[in-house]
Order: sequence, then structure tokens, then C-alpha cells
Amino acid sequence: MVLVLALGDLHVPHRAADLPAKFKSMLVPGKIQHIICTGNLCVKEVHDYLKSLCPDLHITRGEYDEDARYPETKTLTIGQFKLGLCHGHQVVPWGDLDSLAMLQRQLDVDILVTGHTHQFKAYKHEGGVVINPGSATGAYSSVTYDVNPSFVLMDIDGLRVVVYVYELIDGEVKVDKIDFKKTATMLHS
Amino acid sequence: MQHQGPVREKEKRGKERNELRDLVGKNLHVLSQIEGVDLDMYKETVLPRILEQVVNCKDDLAQFYLMDCIIQVFPDEYHLQTLETLLSAFPQLQPNVDIKTVLSQLMDRLSSYAATSPEVLPEFLQVEAFAKFSNAIGKVIEAQVDMPVVGAVTLYVSLLTFTLRVHPDRLDYVDQVLGACVKKLSGNAKLQDSRATKQIVALLSAPLEKYSNVVTALELSNYPRVMDYLDNSTTKVMALVIIQSIMKNTTCISTSDKIEALFDLIKGLIKNMDGAQDDELDDEDFKEEQNSVARLIHMLHNDDHEEMLKILCTVQKHILQGGPKRLPFTVPSLVFSALKLVRRLQGQDGDVIGEEVPATPKKIFQILHQTIEALSCVPSPELALRLYLQCAEAANDCDLEPVAYEFFTQAFILYEEEIADSKAQITAIHLIIGTLQRMNIFGVENRDTLTHKTTGYSAKLLKKPDQCRAVYACSHLFWTDDQDGIMDGER
Repeated sequence: MVLVLALGDLHVPHRAADLPAKFKSMLVPGKIQHIICTGNLCVKEVHDYLKSLCPDLHITRGEYDEDARYPETKTLTIGQFKLGLCHGHQVVPWGDLDSLAMLQRQLDVDILVTGHTHQFKAYKHEGGVVINPGSATGAYSSVTYDVNPSFVLMDIDGLRVVVYVYELIDGEVKVDKIDFKKTATMLHS
Repeated sequence: MQHQGPVREKEKRGKERNELRDLVGKNLHVLSQIEGVDLDMYKETVLPRILEQVVNCKDDLAQFYLMDCIIQVFPDEYHLQTLETLLSAFPQLQPNVDIKTVLSQLMDRLSSYAATSPEVLPEFLQVEAFAKFSNAIGKVIEAQVDMPVVGAVTLYVSLLTFTLRVHPDRLDYVDQVLGACVKKLSGNAKLQDSRATKQIVALLSAPLEKYSNVVTALELSNYPRVMDYLDNSTTKVMALVIIQSIMKNTTCISTSDKIEALFDLIKGLIKNMDGAQDDELDDEDFKEEQNSVARLIHMLHNDDHEEMLKILCTVQKHILQGGPKRLPFTVPSLVFSALKLVRRLQGQDGDVIGEEVPATPKKIFQILHQTIEALSCVPSPELALRLYLQCAEAANDCDLEPVAYEFFTQAFILYEEEIADSKAQITAIHLIIGTLQRMNIFGVENRDTLTHKTTGYSAKLLKKPDQCRAVYACSHLFWTDDQDGIMDGER
């Protein structure tokens, strides 16, 4: 059981002062094995905070990020799954499933995690999984109205990944879960 | 005894004095333990006699020790009831006696007493403890002209702690203490003594901790006056303390005049103070400071649209004084705060015809335009471009075609003239394409102009692969899936 935290678009301090207190109390160091972040942190303090939660931190560059050294895309393998990470502002039209699928094929990954739209999404598409963890702070977005703070926790176990999405709605944390199984057709040679 | 005898016997005398002191102290202690000494006896007989002896001995070491002893050994309730008598002894003591320490001790003891036994609070009111202490301190400070500033401030810190514990609801008392402190400080230049500075920081932090709502502290008229006596770096430290208090308690500050007061207190962070050098501060620290201010802007909010607009104007006024170093940190926060208001105004049901509504999206876009333009002095073209595009999208959602077009024009100007780095250009052009793709408000002519411009720039990127990527992204500009969009297969 490998826990991977996926989050992004915090936009601290431009659009939000901090993560919601309820999220902060849930995110405790030592419980998570990997963190993948879609980008737009935007400042070093947030980077340090995430690093304190888990040393294995992967970040891709968002268009407002202070640190220009983050890569545009990143791929990593966790267990049996290949994960791809990209902020998403590079993929036009923003949030378009077909265009994201193009990116997924390009990166050759099973699970593609992108952000930018600040709207949580998770679905199977053409043999892979596309996940958008939304904005962890509920930051303003030109694309999405009424953004609820959200993040995603993936539990990777063999050929199965359970995606838990945590959303802060009206002050309460609501959890939902989605199951994905890697089938034989998805296995890459 | 201290005055007798030659100097070489001073040490021997000192030892003897100490022994005598311990003896007297022990006696006092025993006295306090005697059951028969109740409050009345203490008040009528015991205390006046002891005080008489203390004053008459005219030995400053002994006086200090004995006063201290009296305060320690007798119960706090007794002190409360005999406050007048006790305090009246102080002016009669020798000039060298460290009265302020004794006074501070007494106040601290009574503060703790009040904190642990809230049921005695009415007694404090009855004996008018605050007034008595205030006067006593005033007299001591007047009498001891040479008292260093740190001594006076320490006294006021003790009095303030006392006031906050005993009379937390009496803001006027708190303000009075601060006022007295200002009076003592006036005539001096800004404080250089680090101990005094520390005490002032303690003085100013105490109300913040007590009243977790900063807004209460903002009502203390003497608060900013005390702050004026701090040197520049401490002013900044204090400003950060204030901001941290707001963030920790997630205090929302909701009217523009309170915000004015707040910005007056934190002015050390907002702009360069007189005499302060621009590059005085370490880079990292400066960033942290400014990020704190940026975060603070999100705590300034009011659900009422008119008030929120006033708030935005107030904030804009202040941050525009910050200079090129600060703007890249503070401007984005203001811009997004304003865009949130635009969205709320959008959601409103229709306009009331005939009424002059000051808060309109158009007005806010004007403010936004001004604010983003200020970034040109930094210069910060990439950030400005992104902010213009955000505004363009917002204008699109408000059906304000000319405003949206204007924002795009500004974005293009920045792209043409300021963004030269090839990597930056790639990101910028993709942002422009992405934004333009979502625009549904432009008429055919406007859309054509913008689309052709964008495609043109895409083709001119430095490297061929980047050109290709950008141009095929542009293909989305010629085909929109909206129901009432333009489906122009020919293009």
C-alpha cells in the first residue's frame, strides 16, 4: 500500500492565504510516501511545507510559480503504475479531455495528473486515468466558478489504485473514492 | 549601619547587613503566619508600624528588601485592601531604592491573583486598584527623573498586564496606560536601547494576545503613537507580529477605516520609511515579509459590495506606495481579490434602473488596469501579462467586449515589447492562446484580429518544434464548440 498525495494550484499568497485548517490537520508528516504537485504553489514557503510532509516531492511548473526550475512535465513509476505530471496550462483547450489524452500518450503513462482548471476530475479515458486534484486552497480560477478546496490521495496497491478525493464543502471535509484496476490491455511492454 | 565605619570594613559590614536582613525577613515571615493577624489587625496595626520602621531606617538596601518581603509574605487580599497605605509609602523611601521593581512585583502578584481567582475582580473595582497604581507609577516616574526609559516602560508593561487581567473590557484603561507611556517617551528620539525596545514590543504584543481580535487593538488610539518610537527594523518586526496575530486567529477585517488604521500600523512593511535604505534587508526575509502582506490582503473582506470596493481602493492606495521591489508581491493579491468581487457582482440579479450603483465591474476593471500598469515600473512584464489575461477572461464573463479587448491589447504590447526570452515567450503565447480560446464575447472582426496576431506570433517563435506546437494550438481558435459559437469549417 503506497500512499501518493496529489494536489496543486494552491496559489499562496496570490489568491489564498493558506491551506484550509481542516486540510492542514489531516496532512500529517510521515503518513504519505510520495507527493505529486501539479504546480502554482507559488512560493518557497509552500514548497518547504510540502517537503516537510514527505521528502519525495515532485512538482511541475505552473505559470505563477516563483521557482522557474520546476520542469514542464514529469514522469515517475510507483509500483506497477507510470504516473505523468503536468500543470496543464500548456494544454489548450484547458481541461479538454482529448487534448489531455494526447499528452498522456505522449508521456506514455497510465495515470496523468494535471491541474490549472481548479476543478476536481477523475475518469478513465482510453485505457488510462486522468486526474485533476483541483485547488487545495479553493483559489480563484477564471475557468471554474465556486471552487471548493480539494486534493487527492491515491492508494496504489499492485495493479489496483484507489483514488480518494477530499473536498471541503461548506466547512466540512467530504471524501469520495474511485477504484481503478490496471487491466492486461493497459500493461505496457 | 551602611553609613558607619571606614571603607575596608565595608565587606564585613555588608555581611552583617545581610544577616540582619535575613533576620528581619524571617520575623516578618513569622508575623504573617500568626493566626491572630487578620485583615483588620494587619490594616490598622501591623502594616502601618512596619512601614514606619522601613521608612525610618533610611537604608536603601534594607528598604528595598523589606518592601519586597512585605509583598511576598502577606496574602494578596491584604495587599488589595491596604493598597492606598502601601503605595503611599513609596514616595517616602530613599531615592536610590529600586521602587519600580517592587511596584512591578506587586502588580504582577495582583495580576496573577486576579487571573487565578476571578471572583475577587469586583474587589479590585471597589478599591479602585487601577487608578491607585496609575497614580503611583506617575508619581514615581516624576520623582525619579533619571530613571532610564527601559525602567519606565517595564513599569507600564506590568501595569498593562494588570489592566488586561483585571479590567479586560476597559479599553479606555488600556489606552490610558499606552498614553502615559507615550508621554514618558515623548521628547526622545526613536529608541536605540534594545532592552527598552524589547519592553515596548512586549507592551504592544500584550493587547494582541489578550484580545485575539486585532480590530480591538486598532481601537486603541495610543497604540500607533507608541509604535512611532520604535526604530525601523523593530517597527517591521511589530508589524509582522500584528499580521501573524491576524492570520493565526483568521480575523477578517471588514471596513475600510479599520484597514486604514491597520495599514498605518504596518507601514514599515508597506513602504520605505524615512531614512530606511532600500537594500537593508536580507532577500529571503524581505520575501517573507512581503508574502505576509500578500496573505494579509486576503483577510480584508466584506460581503457588502460597496464596502468591499472601498476596501480595494484603500489597499490599492497603500500598496502602490510600495515601490518596484514590493509590487510583484502585493499586486497579484489585490488583483485576485478584486476579480473575486467582480464575480460576485456578476452573480447579482439585474441592475436597478435609475440608481447610481458605485460598485460595478467596469469600475473595478479600471482599478485593475491601473494596478497592473504599475508593474511596468518594476518591470514585471510576464506577471503583468498573466494578470491582463485573467482580467480579459473576467471581462468576457461580464459581457464587456471593449474592456476585454483592451486587456488583450495590453497583453500583446507586453508580449511584443517586453518578453524577449524564448522560454518565456512560449509560455506566454500558450497562455494567450488558452485564454483567447475561451473568449466568446468578441465579434468577428475583433476575434479575427486577435487570432491572426496570435497565430502570427506563434509562427515566429524561436525554435521550429515550438512554432509547430503553438500553431496547432492556435487551430483551436478557429473552431469553437459553443452552441452559439462560430463553427467555421472553412478555416
